[in-house]
Amino acid sequence: MRFGLSEEQTMLSDMLNKYLVANLPLDVVRASSEQTLHHNQEIWSGLLDQGIHSILIPEDYGGAGLSMLHSEVVSETLGKHIVPVSYLSNAVLSPLAILYAGSESQKEQLLPELASGSTSFGIALTDVVANRENTKLEINGNKVSGSATFIMAGENADKLILAAPGTLLIVDTKAAGVTMERLNTVDKTRDFSAVTLKDAPCELLGEIGSADDAIEKLLNAARISIAADSLGAADAMFNQALAYSRERFQFDRPIGSFQSIKHILAEMITDLEPCRSLLWYAAYAYDEVEDEAKLVACHAKAHISEMAKHVGRATTELHGGMGFTDLLGLHFWFKRIEVNRQLLGGPELQRHNAAVAQGWAPNAITAA
Amino acid sequence: MELNYGPEYDDFRAEVRHFCETEGKKTKSGALRMGENRPSQAAIDWQGQLIEAGYTARTIPKEYGGYGGTADIVKSLIIQEEFVASGTRSGIQNQGISMLVPTLLEVGTEEQKLKYIKPTINGEMIWAQGYSEPGSGSDLASLKTKGVVEGDNFVINGQKIWTSSAQYADMCFILVRTEPEAPKHHGISYLLMDMKTTGIDIKPLVTMTGDAFFNEMFISDVKVPVTSIVGQRGEGWRVANVTLKYERGMIGNPGMSAMGIRGVADLMEEETISGIRAMDMPVYRDRLLKLQGRSLANKYHGLRLLSNEINKEGMGVEGLIVKLSATYLSHEIYSLAVDVMGEFGTLYDGSAYQRQKDWMRQYLGSFMGIIGGGTSQIQKNVISERGLGLPREPLVKLDQNGWELIKK
Ligand SMILES: Cc1cc2nc3c(=O)[nH]c(=O)nc-3n(C[C@H](O)[C@H](O)[C@H](O)COP(=O)(O)OP(=O)(O)OC[C@H]3O[C@@H](n4cnc5c(N)ncnc54)[C@H](O)[C@@H]3O)c2cc1C
Repeated sequence: MRFGLSEEQTMLSDMLNKYLVANLPLDVVRASSEQTLHHNQEIWSGLLDQGIHSILIPEDYGGAGLSMLHSEVVSETLGKHIVPVSYLSNAVLSPLAILYAGSESQKEQLLPELASGSTSFGIALTDVVANRENTKLEINGNKVSGSATFIMAGENADKLILAAPGTLLIVDTKAAGVTMERLNTVDKTRDFSAVTLKDAPCELLGEIGSADDAIEKLLNAARISIAADSLGAADAMFNQALAYSRERFQFDRPIGSFQSIKHILAEMITDLEPCRSLLWYAAYAYDEVEDEAKLVACHAKAHISEMAKHVGRATTELHGGMGFTDLLGLHFWFKRIEVNRQLLGGPELQRHNAAVAQGWAPNAITAA
Repeated sequence: MELNYGPEYDDFRAEVRHFCETEGKKTKSGALRMGENRPSQAAIDWQGQLIEAGYTARTIPKEYGGYGGTADIVKSLIIQEEFVASGTRSGIQNQGISMLVPTLLEVGTEEQKLKYIKPTINGEMIWAQGYSEPGSGSDLASLKTKGVVEGDNFVINGQKIWTSSAQYADMCFILVRTEPEAPKHHGISYLLMDMKTTGIDIKPLVTMTGDAFFNEMFISDVKVPVTSIVGQRGEGWRVANVTLKYERGMIGNPGMSAMGIRGVADLMEEETISGIRAMDMPVYRDRLLKLQGRSLANKYHGLRLLSNEINKEGMGVEGLIVKLSATYLSHEIYSLAVDVMGEFGTLYDGSAYQRQKDWMRQYLGSFMGIIGGGTSQIQKNVISERGLGLPREPLVKLDQNGWELIKK
């Protein structure tokens, strides 16, 4: 019996960490952030070589067939290094959408393409979680009209997976009637876009109205993965705060010898370590304990968003003026955490859904 | 993650659930209320049933009166979950059971284990903790109570304070200075003192809850046999820290907050404000959910620590944080309960209209966790110094010229 990572999972994280330390110094993140498209193709290719994109794809479809906990470990490491590529879209949500909602022939065709990295996908779920622009998708046979917002990694993708309540569908980014529009968030390590569709050709994943369960599961996967990304980012910030507290001298002492600084650091680690335990369990429950999966996934996303926000504030503050500068780059992590916090439902919405999961509130906030 | 919820665990869960539904419903023992006396006979009987079933003292060897089971994370989790879900009384928790027993198991002699563990876990032998003194609270190692060897005895003189349960305890694990020449951390011994010995004078101190569950303890020429020492002379600080580790684990036990969340959720489903259930008001509900998120994080963190312990994987900073996290959490959980009831939450002392569950007393009592066993500030010192390797506080001295830093 063990509650913790397996040796294999630890190795996976070490391996990835090593690759990112060597290949993704902050300069590279910064350079990507200054491009219009933040996606960094070189890093993406490097990560393809590490094989992480096929973790969740079953072996029958050319993947590694590993667990959500493996994927969680990867998401956390990518968050730690604020990696400018979308693992979430290409390696978690798109393959799972196809796996859960697609027909057998769709799985046979699309999953191997995702596993080999030959096709890239963007995905949008925001409008079925909390629709703020009254967007709609009207499906007419194999044509779709309407719009969708907050597509992850859509601009450089070959295909998009879009969601209407109960239905998932695929459109080609290059097809006639598809107009993409860039959305610039404060986080310059990831790309978001919106799409307008006018009688664009589409392919349904499964049948109309058959994807309720798939969307529920996708949202749990998203909650866990986004929470993991934030935990990684918060952990990286904490480590920078700890290092700085030893190195920065004022009043002839390292600032880390001032008790108020020590206590801030103690509070941060006290907040963070149980987050990791919660997240491990949430990932485990995703695969193994179906009736707890939603509750713990919602809580993981909400709680980690809150704790990461606190770490972000405290770390920034602890660096003094330097913390506020662009020079040091702490803000990249801060902003990543902030976008993660909002992405697919902020803490209040997650807690609301956790209440629904326990019969404490009516109406879940999902249009699914 | 190897939690293998196999069919044997379904059986185990069914067994625990059945126990809670049958035996659990029968028990009238009631949890010990703060300030209450020794456990009642009913509580002692219930404790006996729990040990026999293996739901408490689970891993304590049979020869010391325990259940003698092997450590099993999933079973511990199941026991905790089922007891919380059904609102079943858990076993007796006191300073003897949760702090002294594991200390003896770790560093006591065979004779001490055989003599003390069984009556303690049965709930029959009550222990007090004689650590704090009027001048030595957070700076515990500065304690002054003296122990001088005369023949076969230590002769003890001094004063302890905040000594919980001393008014009815049978025994006391006490820290005394036995080597006054040694540096402060090296001059202390950890003794087991019989509270019936002549020369011990107990004066109750009333707390903010209105109960008097802790005391001043005056000690004059009290004789304690030299064989009653745990560890060696001058090694008491190390032993004291073993006990503190268990004390912080007890206070930081995530089961408490899970029970609290359950209770507040029930309260919010019953309590109505102008006809609307508190649970149906998103402002209250969100506060509950926020606390539940932290409570769950602590719960799974507890499993991780248990797993580290069972698999001997060593413990870093993650083991030091539980008390700090759990005690503020409990404070906030009880505070929410009071807020949900508004004015009626402030009713006290069995007033008319007071709700059955005494949330205000729990709310006030939550300071026990925050201050006792080392305050939150001391926890943060421990976490940052021992856990994160940051420097200790410099020492300062006050004289007529003002403050002065002491360079060591
Ligand atoms: C309900 C209850 C039950 C108790 N039961 C027992 C018992 O059974 N046996 C026993 O021996 N003791 C018991 N205690 C005593 C408890 O351990 C002490 O109260 C505690 O360690 C604090 O010591 P103090 O009260 O002297 O406060 P002080 O040490 O005087 O602390 C005052 C304030 O100063 C802060 N402070 C002190 N030193 C530092 C520092 N280095 N850095 C930052 N801040 C600092 C503290 O955090 C606190 O806020 C009990 C206490 C309570 C509240």
